[in-house]
Amino acid sequence: MEHYNMNLTLKVWKQKNTNAQGGFETYSVKDISSEMSFLEMFDVLNEQLINEGKEPIAFDHDCREGICGMCSMHINGRAHGPWAGTTTCQLHMRAFKDGDTITVEPWRAGAFPVLKDLTVDRRAFDRIIEAGGYISVNTGNAQDANCLPVDKHKADLAFAAAACIGCGACVAACKNSSAMLFVSAKVSQLALLPQGDPERQTRALNMVAQMDKEGFGSCTNTGACEAECPKEISLTNIARLNREFIGAGFGSEK
Amino acid sequence: MLNAKIPAGPLNSKWEDYKGHCKLVNPANKRSLEVIVIGTGLAGASAAASLGELGYKVKAFCFQDSPRRAHSIAAQGGINAAKNYQNDGDSVYRLFYDTVKGGDYRAREANVHRLAEVSGNIIDQCVAQGVPFAREYGGLLSNRSFGGTQVQRTFYAAGQTGQQLLLGAYSALERQVALGNVKMYSRHEMLDIVKIDGKARGIIARDLITGELERHFGHAVLICSGGYGNVFYLSTNAMGSNVTAAWKATKNGAYFANPCFTQIHPTCIPVSGDHQSKLTLMSESLRNDGRIWVPKKQNDTRKASDIPEEERDYYLERRYPAFGNLVPRDVASRAAKERCDAGYGVGTSKQAVFLDFAAAIERYGNIEAGKRQLNNLPKAEIIKLGKEVVAEKYGNLFDMYAKITGENPYEQPMRIYPAVHYTMGGLWVDYELQTTVPGLYSLGEANFSDHGANRLGASALMQGLADGYFVIPYTLGNYLADEIRTKAIPVDHPAFTEAENKVKETISKLMGINGSKSVDHFHKKLGKIMWDKCGMARNEKGLKEAIEEIKALRAEFWKDVRVPGGEKEFNPELEKAGRVADFLELGELMCIDALERRESCGGHFREESQTPDGEAQRDDANFSYVAAWEYKGPGQFELHKEALEFVECKPTQRSYK
Repeated sequence: MEHYNMNLTLKVWKQKNTNAQGGFETYSVKDISSEMSFLEMFDVLNEQLINEGKEPIAFDHDCREGICGMCSMHINGRAHGPWAGTTTCQLHMRAFKDGDTITVEPWRAGAFPVLKDLTVDRRAFDRIIEAGGYISVNTGNAQDANCLPVDKHKADLAFAAAACIGCGACVAACKNSSAMLFVSAKVSQLALLPQGDPERQTRALNMVAQMDKEGFGSCTNTGACEAECPKEISLTNIARLNREFIGAGFGSEK
Repeated sequence: MLNAKIPAGPLNSKWEDYKGHCKLVNPANKRSLEVIVIGTGLAGASAAASLGELGYKVKAFCFQDSPRRAHSIAAQGGINAAKNYQNDGDSVYRLFYDTVKGGDYRAREANVHRLAEVSGNIIDQCVAQGVPFAREYGGLLSNRSFGGTQVQRTFYAAGQTGQQLLLGAYSALERQVALGNVKMYSRHEMLDIVKIDGKARGIIARDLITGELERHFGHAVLICSGGYGNVFYLSTNAMGSNVTAAWKATKNGAYFANPCFTQIHPTCIPVSGDHQSKLTLMSESLRNDGRIWVPKKQNDTRKASDIPEEERDYYLERRYPAFGNLVPRDVASRAAKERCDAGYGVGTSKQAVFLDFAAAIERYGNIEAGKRQLNNLPKAEIIKLGKEVVAEKYGNLFDMYAKITGENPYEQPMRIYPAVHYTMGGLWVDYELQTTVPGLYSLGEANFSDHGANRLGASALMQGLADGYFVIPYTLGNYLADEIRTKAIPVDHPAFTEAENKVKETISKLMGINGSKSVDHFHKKLGKIMWDKCGMARNEKGLKEAIEEIKALRAEFWKDVRVPGGEKEFNPELEKAGRVADFLELGELMCIDALERRESCGGHFREESQTPDGEAQRDDANFSYVAAWEYKGPGQFELHKEALEFVECKPTQRSYK
């Protein structure tokens, strides 16, 4: 792969805190290597700002290997930028060319208030999990793991749903700011496994209720969430959630 | 000499015996006992959840925006357990023995045996939580091999085992949050321990959103904040991984053990330039199927595909025929360094070796063709089938490699090189995981206890969860049983005020320097000193130089660092500054420890102490101990020793040949 350097113009959302008015600031960065990750390019920009005596841009990031779900930039109108199945931290600068202007915004959703610049508050996701995204088993209660064989096909589907990293790109990508892909991934994982069966009805009802309470929008089956999901969580999970939810609504004895 | 409080009796009954005799706390009393947990990785989340389930009042803290993001999430390959589901000769004893040997006889036998004993329960617990481990067609759990063992005891979920285990522990934790047993403080950083009458009684934490300092009381404090690999700046750790919690504990009287024991992982994506902010691991599980090689000719610039089989040096298979590509990490890392230093490295930097899947792809293709009864398939079709199998096993890792390097690992071998990955050293703890400060505990990577001088692959996840799910619920009760008469101490107690003032002072000092260099500037400089002089190979001269260089760098940091922004707001640069300030102190201690340990063992390779064929040469007569350092003031440390006794595993020269 040929490496090259580029000069770029960046239009970045700056916002002092949740209550402040935000706006775009324009920056230019020079000699960015195509081998850098997108966040390393931001490191270069921040280093430059600090050296100029200015305040750097606040953004969330941690593992920088695409698994922790902390990074969250809306790049040129797309959650996590132009590459499919990729988090912001795994996006590399060879996706861009010399002279490009790149617009970077935080996740936009009422349920994810901006904390500062590109950083948002995603605790709503934790509260949805608290509403039922678990199997109620205390430490020490488990039987031998192989006492419960699980159909490999279902186990694989459960794993594919469990790959969700909770980054919130699905919400940011959705015109309704719906969290259905996130909620359906957890509901699916646990509904597909025999261990999750006893609580499947209350889980679906309670997690959806909490999702609504947090102010996430409705799902209109547009599929933007699936298209932008860095872990390529399938839309079929939403169909499964709908079945679980409706089944629970009719079938629940509570 | 330090007393580790190891229970008497035969090794295999110590833990049973301890559990049968430790003190218990009745349910009513548990409700008035408060426990603080720092960190929500595998150790912290599992401890907080389990203690919450027992009825204690738990407060859990993490600096990330959600407990689910702790860096355990990034563990790839798997988790060991002595289940012997493969009927290949595994047992609690084998896992214990492999771990002690793999640690080059610098771990505590009793702790390791307990770890092996509870390993099976961990798998049971995780499956019950809905962790989607890989399964066979019969619906039962699948296993694979990891380095340093000859059995298949590693359970896994593709290359995302850490993620799945952490999400299991996180869901258990969130369930306790919902039930009101655990109060979660995300985006909070612990900045000091509060001690009253010699016991840990709380913490000072900074709310990272508002910048406000908070006081929290606890009858006990658990440090589960992970390792300190980021002292090297470049490592496979997350950007935020830090030593601050453990270091504040050290400055409050907890001893820091074996700080020089760091693990350099052999299979990481090589550094591509000065801009590099972190290194990415390619799971050790890839060594199950991948073959590692370099050209037989020095400075060979041909493409891998142009180098014929007979001109390739599969140096691990050549040097270590018994374990081949699955030698432990320290051995594999040094062997890669040796080849590269000798001029056989590949890629533009020449600091890389090949990890090649061509043979595995063909082998799996043939197996798959056989399964499907497809005879006389053309080779291209077999390769295609083989790639599908490899994609199922390692797909996410291959994708990650392709994204980072822009190269296709299905078509050409990956380039890999060793990188800092894990730290075996950490807070000294006794058998009960208590530090030298009463009421202050340490779990998971943050403590030193189970891996000796080198950790085997897939054992970190095992230890984190063992400590949190199955050890601390017993050992903490043994301490808290004597605390039932201690009422919650109001946080206006002078000790809290004093600790908070100290923290305030440090923050004001950092903010007030207003120098000319960024925090990262100093962090990178420190990292370079550590990597060059306290990295994969160490010697007396280099370590002495490093100590002086770090002292000078530290002085410069406190004169010339620039921390922009304000104190009372969300300020990531201020967070980094505090962490780097602590790394600048820890780095010196690591070099002091490495200098003092004039032997090679595991990941600690002193060039002065090697066998004629370049293997690590231990010196059991003089160094069979845990080095636990007491903080005595800036740059001043006093060494305490815990003698290691090996009753079951008699130390021998570790051989994987």
